[in-house]
Amino acid sequence: MAEAVTVQNMAIAKAINESLRRALDSDPKVLVMGEDVGKLGGVFRVTDGLQKDFGESRVIDTPLAESGIVGTAIGLALRGYRPVVEIQFDGFVFPAYDQIVTQLAKMHARSLGKVKLPVVVRIPYGGGIGAVEHHSESPESLFAHVAGLKIVSPSNASDAYWMMQQAIQSDDPVIFFEPKRRYWDKGEVNPEAIPGPLHKARVVREGTDLTLVAYGPMVKLCREVADAAAEEGKALEVVDLRSISPLDFDSIQASVEKTRRLVVVHEAPVFFGSGAEIAARITERCFYHLEAPVLRVGGYHAPYPPARLEEEYLPGLDRVLDAVDRALAY
Amino acid sequence: MTVESTAARKPRRSAGTRKSPSTKPELVQLLTPEGKRVKNADTAAYDKYVADITPEELRGLYRDMVLTRRFDAEATSLQRQGELGLWASLLGQEAAQIGSGRATHEDDYVFPTYREHGVAWCRGVDPTNLLGMFRGVNNGGWDPNSNNFHLYTIVIGSQTLHATGYAMGVAKDGADSAVIAYFGDGASSQGDVAESFTFSAVYNAPVVFFCQNNQWAISEPTEKQTRVPLYQRAQGYGFPGVRADGNDVLACLAVTKWALERARSGEGPTLVEAYTYRMGAHTTSDDPSRYRGEEERLAWEAKDPILRLRRYLEASNHADEGFFAELEAESEALGKRVREAVRAMPDPDPFAVFENVYADGHALVDEERAEFAAYQASFADEGGK
Repeated sequence: MAEAVTVQNMAIAKAINESLRRALDSDPKVLVMGEDVGKLGGVFRVTDGLQKDFGESRVIDTPLAESGIVGTAIGLALRGYRPVVEIQFDGFVFPAYDQIVTQLAKMHARSLGKVKLPVVVRIPYGGGIGAVEHHSESPESLFAHVAGLKIVSPSNASDAYWMMQQAIQSDDPVIFFEPKRRYWDKGEVNPEAIPGPLHKARVVREGTDLTLVAYGPMVKLCREVADAAAEEGKALEVVDLRSISPLDFDSIQASVEKTRRLVVVHEAPVFFGSGAEIAARITERCFYHLEAPVLRVGGYHAPYPPARLEEEYLPGLDRVLDAVDRALAY
Repeated sequence: MTVESTAARKPRRSAGTRKSPSTKPELVQLLTPEGKRVKNADTAAYDKYVADITPEELRGLYRDMVLTRRFDAEATSLQRQGELGLWASLLGQEAAQIGSGRATHEDDYVFPTYREHGVAWCRGVDPTNLLGMFRGVNNGGWDPNSNNFHLYTIVIGSQTLHATGYAMGVAKDGADSAVIAYFGDGASSQGDVAESFTFSAVYNAPVVFFCQNNQWAISEPTEKQTRVPLYQRAQGYGFPGVRADGNDVLACLAVTKWALERARSGEGPTLVEAYTYRMGAHTTSDDPSRYRGEEERLAWEAKDPILRLRRYLEASNHADEGFFAELEAESEALGKRVREAVRAMPDPDPFAVFENVYADGHALVDEERAEFAAYQASFADEGGK
């Protein structure tokens, strides 16, 4: 029976919701669990309606205890379930950090491969929403440093939908960073066409003068930067990393060998951030191609500031353009 | 005041004179240190689980404890000989582990700490499997699903949450098995243990929390962990807590059977505190003489779990000289087997570092493996000269 075209325009939050719905529907072992994910549908409504349709034993409101959420998810995974847990906000993941780092990441290796932990940890992350402390952080590097974890972050609705499907199907634990300030950005989602592998970067705008690398919430910014630079006659290439661990250095290398200049942009603090790793690796891989040092734009080495200062703290159009100009001036 | 609230106060007034299952008896003991079988009304609810235990089963428990102690002593010796990097001895805790371990059914699931060698024995895990991590050739490595015995967990208390999650899964599956989580008096201070109590209570998970209170968390006595007897913590979470004489294998067997049956029949979690004593050091790296006196150890030695069962077996003519002699020979054979197995344990291949980091692979691990291989290969030429 022929279906109508299923491509839909939807917000990132809705795309994740639809993806979770599909996973719950197709695999009885998939569970959704976290604080307020049930009746309320999550504080961002990402799990809206799921408990109503799949019941309290599949979509589980948990006690307010992040270590407990991840720790019990590990136990459920050992029993054969595929839990997708929600940490309500980035800054609240730290009570669960021990379980994630010492248990979730290492149990597969500890068992010499005999147990698998297909757990997805969803974390709405990043700033720009005018929130109080602990609600705007970007802790992805703290997880990328840990072997055994995979770290991804979609930047658009299609990736949000498909990367969630792929993360749930992964037999490895995946930390799924959701760009909360882009939750309501809409894009096309085709539930019948996988856009590509989970851990492959994508060139979202082609250019020849300089490469901008970003992921999650900063991809949109970098596209705007490229638009602005185009008005000045500069052709910037924008690479959406999509995955932070593993990190698709081949795609960045291919771009930099063409453009010879690289600026990495993320909200997380620059110091020991993912940009540092990218700069080091690309310098090694593209030493003879580079015309300028790899530059980074990101948060400062300071606690995430009060909301009235976050526009100064976060990379914005002008700060990224400034880095672009500096790179091009070499 | 409503009628209801007045009525509700009545039981509280008389609580001091009523028998409350959560506070009476203060210690479930079925076999005294002198080896006398004791029965009374307070312990009858537990005693029934071992009331019809056969002499053969009693000899079996004795054998389990003796062999476990022998294995443990061998491992300590192997550490002193440099064959193991570390050993965490269970000396003194044999009754707690054999009693509770023998209470489990085959389809129950066990989440141990790193000291549950006796429970591993009961689950049928080959003792030599436990030694790989202490020798430094792996970090565990046995298949948890072969014996429903999870890997040793070193981070204190973490496994209580895994047990709770696993038990939530058992309940979802509609299975009639149970889960048992081991931890100690030190772990009782960990947030994860508190969270596991909360989660298991809220979801009515079929899990038994088996706390071996061996009085010492390395150098810190239990007074540094709690102001109330540990078993009483359960009450605040809404499930029963019972203290068993941890050096009494019958009490540990009976109370754990009772608790596991509660779990299997949908009555939710139970906390069992096995009141025992760590006769040895925390690990082979520890020196207890810096923080506790010899008189305390001697007092507990008089309550030795193996000795009291031997006294009972002998007094009741359940075991003869031949049994003890045979067991002695079996112990020595086990020691020899363990010794030889450890000495024959090969170092892992250097490339094992890159194995099983991920189930589905990871580009960086592949890249670093290749770099390491190239580096290793760079020595080949030199070696040829």
